[in-house]
Amino acid sequence: MSFMQISDLNVHYPIRGGFFNTVVDKVYAVDGVSMEFEKGKTYGLVGESGSGKSTTGKAIIGLEKITSGQIFYEGENVTNQRRNRDSAYNKDIQMIFQDSHSSMNPRKRVLDILAEPIRNFMKLSDQEERKRIKELLAIVGMSEDVLLKYPHEFSGGQKQRLGIARAVACNPKMIIADEPVSALDLSVQAQVLNFMKDIQREFGLSYLFISHDLGVVKHMCDHIAIMYKGRFVETGTRNDIYMNPQHIYTKRLLSAIPNIEPETRLERKVIRQDVEANYQKEQHKYYDEHGKVYPLKSISDTHKVAMSDIERGGI
Amino acid sequence: MDTANDLLTIRNLTTSFRIKETYHAAVEDISLSLKKNEVLAIVGESGCGKSTLATSIVGLYNPVNTKVSGEIFYNNQNLTQLNDEQFNSLRGNHIGFIFQDPLSALNPLMRIGEQIAEGLMYHTKLSKQQRGKRVLELLNQVGIAKPERVARQFPHQLSGGMRQRVVIAIALSCKPSILIADEPTTALDVTIQAQILDLLKALQSETETGIILITHDLGVVAEMADRVAVMYAGEVVEEAPVQELFTNAKHPYTRSLLNSIPQTHSENERLEVIQGMVPSLMNLPREGCRFSARIPWIDAAAHESKPQLHEIAPGHLVRCTCWKHFHFEGEEGGGTV
Amino acid sequence: MWKTIVRRVLLMIPQLFILSLFIFILAKQMPGDPFTGLITPETDPSRIEELRIKAGFYDPWYVQYYHWITNAFQGDFGRSYTYKIAVSTLIGERGLNTFWLSLLSAIFVYLIAIPLGVLAGRYQESFLDKSITLYSFISYAIPTFVLSLIFVYIFGYRLMWFPTSGTVDVGLESGTMEYYWNKIHHLLLPAITYAILGTTAIIQYLRSEIIDAKTQDYVKTARSKGIPMRKVYTRHIFRNSLLPIAAFLGFTITGLLGGSIFIETIFGFPGMGQLFINSIMSRDYSVITALVMLYGFLTLLGSLLSDIIMSIVDPRIRID
Repeated sequence: MSFMQISDLNVHYPIRGGFFNTVVDKVYAVDGVSMEFEKGKTYGLVGESGSGKSTTGKAIIGLEKITSGQIFYEGENVTNQRRNRDSAYNKDIQMIFQDSHSSMNPRKRVLDILAEPIRNFMKLSDQEERKRIKELLAIVGMSEDVLLKYPHEFSGGQKQRLGIARAVACNPKMIIADEPVSALDLSVQAQVLNFMKDIQREFGLSYLFISHDLGVVKHMCDHIAIMYKGRFVETGTRNDIYMNPQHIYTKRLLSAIPNIEPETRLERKVIRQDVEANYQKEQHKYYDEHGKVYPLKSISDTHKVAMSDIERGGI
Repeated sequence: MDTANDLLTIRNLTTSFRIKETYHAAVEDISLSLKKNEVLAIVGESGCGKSTLATSIVGLYNPVNTKVSGEIFYNNQNLTQLNDEQFNSLRGNHIGFIFQDPLSALNPLMRIGEQIAEGLMYHTKLSKQQRGKRVLELLNQVGIAKPERVARQFPHQLSGGMRQRVVIAIALSCKPSILIADEPTTALDVTIQAQILDLLKALQSETETGIILITHDLGVVAEMADRVAVMYAGEVVEEAPVQELFTNAKHPYTRSLLNSIPQTHSENERLEVIQGMVPSLMNLPREGCRFSARIPWIDAAAHESKPQLHEIAPGHLVRCTCWKHFHFEGEEGGGTV
Repeated sequence: MWKTIVRRVLLMIPQLFILSLFIFILAKQMPGDPFTGLITPETDPSRIEELRIKAGFYDPWYVQYYHWITNAFQGDFGRSYTYKIAVSTLIGERGLNTFWLSLLSAIFVYLIAIPLGVLAGRYQESFLDKSITLYSFISYAIPTFVLSLIFVYIFGYRLMWFPTSGTVDVGLESGTMEYYWNKIHHLLLPAITYAILGTTAIIQYLRSEIIDAKTQDYVKTARSKGIPMRKVYTRHIFRNSLLPIAAFLGFTITGLLGGSIFIETIFGFPGMGQLFINSIMSRDYSVITALVMLYGFLTLLGSLLSDIIMSIVDPRIRID
């Protein structure tokens, strides 16, 4: 059973203009997105820059104002509690960022950085707090002598692990990870991904994993949603998306991923060009006259695709 | 080695930066060559010296705190001996350069057409009209649909993919014989990346340009390269034709890197992790095998005292001898020869 | 663009209205009035009272304000009690003096600061750069009156190169070449003094902009085209570095009427700075309110001008 549901989430930004600076149009950054999350699962949110994937993550955690839509957490409507300091929601849902460096106060030591969420959400004595911080460092595999160091003294991968330690400090139920490994080198990325999987297994965490990297998403996620212009074009399990993509946009995205088999690169190029030609030719089946993505329709228990009714009839 | 067909030959190139009065080599004793119509990929993680190598070739380093030694031969000239003025007649003319971030690589105050024509002004005798015509030709060549319009626009009016096409047009303006592309697609979305890579390939087959592709992305390497050099801590640790590298990598670093790509793993499997960290420039181990600290379970005797590149198959070079004894941690036995 | 300009100008009306109300009330709150200074043992207090009533001092403030603002709209800011002439004439006279002085010094500021800033930035950390930085720190540290006095002493009294007070010699027929040259001659020393003190900010700003621009990727692109370093500077680095300076230009232009109390006092130059201070000292309300309104209007105009200039020089900024 899902413990958290997002229903019809919208984040719109007004565009002002004209003589009196009135709202003349809107940017539909997130345009009617619904999701639900189960315990211990990883949900991938994939899209290109400007697709609204980061905005979705920020809106869920309360860093972005929601225009309309609801968030339910353990049966309760928490849409307006997202920024309430004392709410369980605020404690249970945490976030890690792409740039962990700029998400940490450069003048605070590791000790203070990790103590902050603990002081905010858990009423612990000084000794218990100290103990918890040491536990956290053990979880992320760092020794206690880093406690008095400052963020700039760590490498990118270490900082990302500190970011994770901060996020898990209060035993959250879910972590929203916004491009957590995009800025990291390959070998460091592997460390962080492994580590995220480890703590997921250990604590039964759920992840909302936001990324543009389809390879990483495939490795990490159970369920995947492909996002384009603020809407989902296709959602489904990993197999649904990677083995049986239905939406032309998904197909195009998948065909563009570089593969590490040099011997098949010419074949892939032919496929890629076919998909691209198809994309140009058959756009009308997948986007309405305003270029908007159609509403999602189920094509199996787990798999949903955004297509026009006419196209659906054809399948 | 047969150097007669080489477009560019690098021999024992060392580039050092001055940090607090001492020079530290960011790139050490590199020897590589580039042939006509070839894509040579230089792969490595941040801090391995790959970008330093690129800027050393075109002389785009700050001469105040940089020392370059060794030889880079192009057209019978040793580029490391050139002064800035002599370099200027090569840069943009014989050697084009593509940068990572198309967002910042263009002058925000100058029209696109003007920026492309700038190189033509110094390297060709074309009249203003002819330059304008050539600009439109170039924009057309890099797949921009409305060249007349784009030539009059400013960078901020174009999308990231379009800007990178403009940067490529600038690099190609004087029909260079060598193109150096430093992470040309890192800042772009995958679909745009695929388009740009296809474009580079198509342009290359037209012009027979030799391309040096600097990247950290092994996927891009597999799509583009003919030959690959893997760099670690300022040195080339392995060099091989692209197929050979992906199917028969030898050096522990290359193997570890390949093994840490999520794609190579079935889901839920752990990714391979390299112990420790890439050493910083000031802490590079200058003696012995530079990778040894990261594979501590390999016997010290397995490493050469002065690790050299050994040609183990035609065109396949591996540094040090530790690869013969290398196995992943927890894995049985040594590597296969 | 025109739409925005019209909108911004229309927006100034309520802003100026609020400012005028605020200024008027504040001025009224000040203790004393212009007649206080006229009281001597011989004056008959009832005569002063009569004058006060006649001048409308006992009307309710909004009536007074109404009279003032309606007249102000027709360009009549009343009469100065101390100078006994119309405020608009007074400000016009003084404003013109200050305008020429400020214009000349602004020209000197840019003539000195731009080349020095550019050189310091281009040859960063060189001996030249260090000397320029030293110069700009010294000019920043010296108080206005100290430098003014030194210059008056050296160039005025000792060397006798420049006159030391006034705007023009008496007895010259206005309109002749000689007359204008004499005026400029009077302006030069205060203008240069003023300029030397005003260069620091621009030099240091430009220097850091250039140092910053040098490391930008588009400069690397320009270098990779193989164009000479000199051209990289003129075509790429300088243009981008001068943008923020251009942004200040609007304020510089409207700031020309500001005047400087120190310079004007030391050089005996009848300008706006002196006028402002004197009118405060003598509680000359009509002059104070008119001046504050003028400065308020100029500040608003300056920010509009700056935005317009930016939209012309920077293609990324479009006001529409």
